[in-house]
Amino acid sequence: MLLSFTIIIGAAMAQETEKSLPKLPSVTVKNLDGKVINTSELSNNGKPMIVSFWALWCKPCINELTTIADVYDEWVEETGVKLIAVSIDDSRSSSKVGPTVNGKGWEYEVLLDANGDFKRAMNVNMIPHTFLINGKGEIVWQHTSFSEGSELQLIEMVRKLNAGQSLEQH
Amino acid sequence: MNLKSFIPVLVLVISFTSLSVRAQDFLAGGKVTGNFQLDAQVYKADSAIGAEEVEEKMLMNAFANLLYSNGNFNAGLRFETYLNPMLGFDPRYEGSGVPYWFGSWKNDQFDITVGNFYEQFGSGMVLRSYEERNLGYDNALKGARIKFSPTAGVTLKGLIGTQRFFWDQGPGIVRGLDGEIALNDLLDKAGKCKTRVTVGGSFVSKYQALEEIIVNDTSLLKLPANVAAWSARFNLSRGGFTLDGEFASKMNDPSNMNKFIYKNGHSLLLQASYSQKGFGVIASAKRTDNMSFKSNRNERGSVLDINYLPALTRQHTYSLAAMYPYATQANGEMALQGQVNYKIKKGSLLGGKYGTDIALNYARITSIENELPEGTETIVSGTEGYESSFLTFGDELYFQDFNIEIQHKFGSKFKLLVSYLNLNYNIAVIEGHPEDSIPVKASIFIADMTYKFDQKNALKVELQHLGTKQDEGDWLHFLAEYTIAPKWFFTVSDQYNYGNPDKDRRYHYPTVAAGYTAGSSRISLSYGKQREGILCVGGVCRPVPASNGFAVTITSSF
Repeated sequence: MLLSFTIIIGAAMAQETEKSLPKLPSVTVKNLDGKVINTSELSNNGKPMIVSFWALWCKPCINELTTIADVYDEWVEETGVKLIAVSIDDSRSSSKVGPTVNGKGWEYEVLLDANGDFKRAMNVNMIPHTFLINGKGEIVWQHTSFSEGSELQLIEMVRKLNAGQSLEQH
Repeated sequence: MNLKSFIPVLVLVISFTSLSVRAQDFLAGGKVTGNFQLDAQVYKADSAIGAEEVEEKMLMNAFANLLYSNGNFNAGLRFETYLNPMLGFDPRYEGSGVPYWFGSWKNDQFDITVGNFYEQFGSGMVLRSYEERNLGYDNALKGARIKFSPTAGVTLKGLIGTQRFFWDQGPGIVRGLDGEIALNDLLDKAGKCKTRVTVGGSFVSKYQALEEIIVNDTSLLKLPANVAAWSARFNLSRGGFTLDGEFASKMNDPSNMNKFIYKNGHSLLLQASYSQKGFGVIASAKRTDNMSFKSNRNERGSVLDINYLPALTRQHTYSLAAMYPYATQANGEMALQGQVNYKIKKGSLLGGKYGTDIALNYARITSIENELPEGTETIVSGTEGYESSFLTFGDELYFQDFNIEIQHKFGSKFKLLVSYLNLNYNIAVIEGHPEDSIPVKASIFIADMTYKFDQKNALKVELQHLGTKQDEGDWLHFLAEYTIAPKWFFTVSDQYNYGNPDKDRRYHYPTVAAGYTAGSSRISLSYGKQREGILCVGGVCRPVPASNGFAVTITSSF
């Protein structure tokens, strides 16, 4: 088993020379109207997307999304970025997500990942976990946790991506 | 774990590899991603707070996931190691191995998975397999699953498998079918209709070899080998309105959980909500009667659950607010919940420059009305047990929670959150304390302040107070956290049980912690004491024993 995996990984690594990046995986989630959405089809017309995993029970997640909400209009205007907030709340509270998001006046696209399928496919351990996706649907950057001011690093990465600069993590 | 169980994966991988025209083509463009988490703690005995001596001195839990994807093919595995399991985790996790692996393939209509998988039908009331790694909860199915979508708007699922039981599988086989139709996607492809309607239904059957047991020294019970459950659900939305519901029912399933009665079980969940920008309201109601459904009828506790019964209460995150969390009573409960979210507009007198967020939440859960047959004083195994009228609330209060939360930002530097909670917690029912234990009535105040010094440096201070005359009495909690975005955090905190009725048990629980984040990798260290409590994530909870010592958590994704 491990052997076969090693072979695959080794072969896959050998192909990495073109430096192609992982794309958004194909799993199904629902939007707030109950419509089924395939995550590989998420797009922002060639512009960058932020995919942020959160839950109602996660305080730093709510902080992050509330902080960004104050400047979101400016971000969209400046960079064309779209934020997709993926709630991993399960059926205990997933129906509270819509009223809470609207109640807070957030303008994000909100998806419900009630059994964690998208979360698992994106290798998310702890939330908040935020990904930056380029216009081709490739994952170019990711960050876990939130502290006041982290949002500035995030928008800086979006600007760099738009300017075609490298997004080295450090 | 033995090597045998890996052979199918090996065969699968090789066959997929050889199926493609050339192995090189198959591997070209393949991607490997993964994640890793390690938690370890060095334990110090502290007889005062009840932290026991740990013979190993140090305990550790860790896991790593690897995912391989290539076009429509995916494969993955998880390595887990518990040397030995940390306190609070089930000791049966001891050891290392690969308890989770899968291969899957999909096209536009079919999606086939073999190996271990997670799945949920509807709200999960008849079937949900899922994981909460930080709680040690994992009831993954192992077998095969097919999803089929014959046309847009129609999803059919079929699955069969056994459930994970630590390093083993449970004895029962779970078979399930689910169908969901999004009427708009099927009938109104132009999207003219503003009302969205989705309907669905599930059928789940459990097989466990027939068993005969003797109860009350005389009666011989035949426990059915096959137990069926079904559910029907709908979801309706129009503009800001949504209405959804699910009714689930289970046939006779005498088990250790329900004292081996033959009564059918059922559960009903109804929710209605309305929201527009700046305002959201939701009301929910739920009735549950005899709905524990496990793939081993003899088990108790949070293992081998086939279904999931969501608790209709708000999940609190502040430390003292989370001290008395509710857990669904599968044998029977009536629940009501309401929540209002409102944002006072920016620029108004009370809203200020940034607006003010207000959230109100109320939940009340009672027993179900419960009538025993004449001449009996308790539930008798081997009978129908009791009768219960559908819409009547029982007399016993299990849980009540009223809470309000107000959040306001004063300028660009300072923000404040204040919250008040009033809880009523039936400790005898929820935690299994002696039957005559007095329910806990608690009032909790929380103030959470954050001050930003500049774009990167911020200080957060939390003050919490829990007042109660029952259980362990009053608590104070203080926390200060300094963050340097986006990489560093430093925390000092203390919990003080200053109102413990026993004056010799008025302990402090001080902790210091620090952490460093680089991209998607994070390391955090903490040193101090932790009180005995209940940790809940998502829908499940686990007891956390008191501990004292040094802990580290490392997590990384790539």
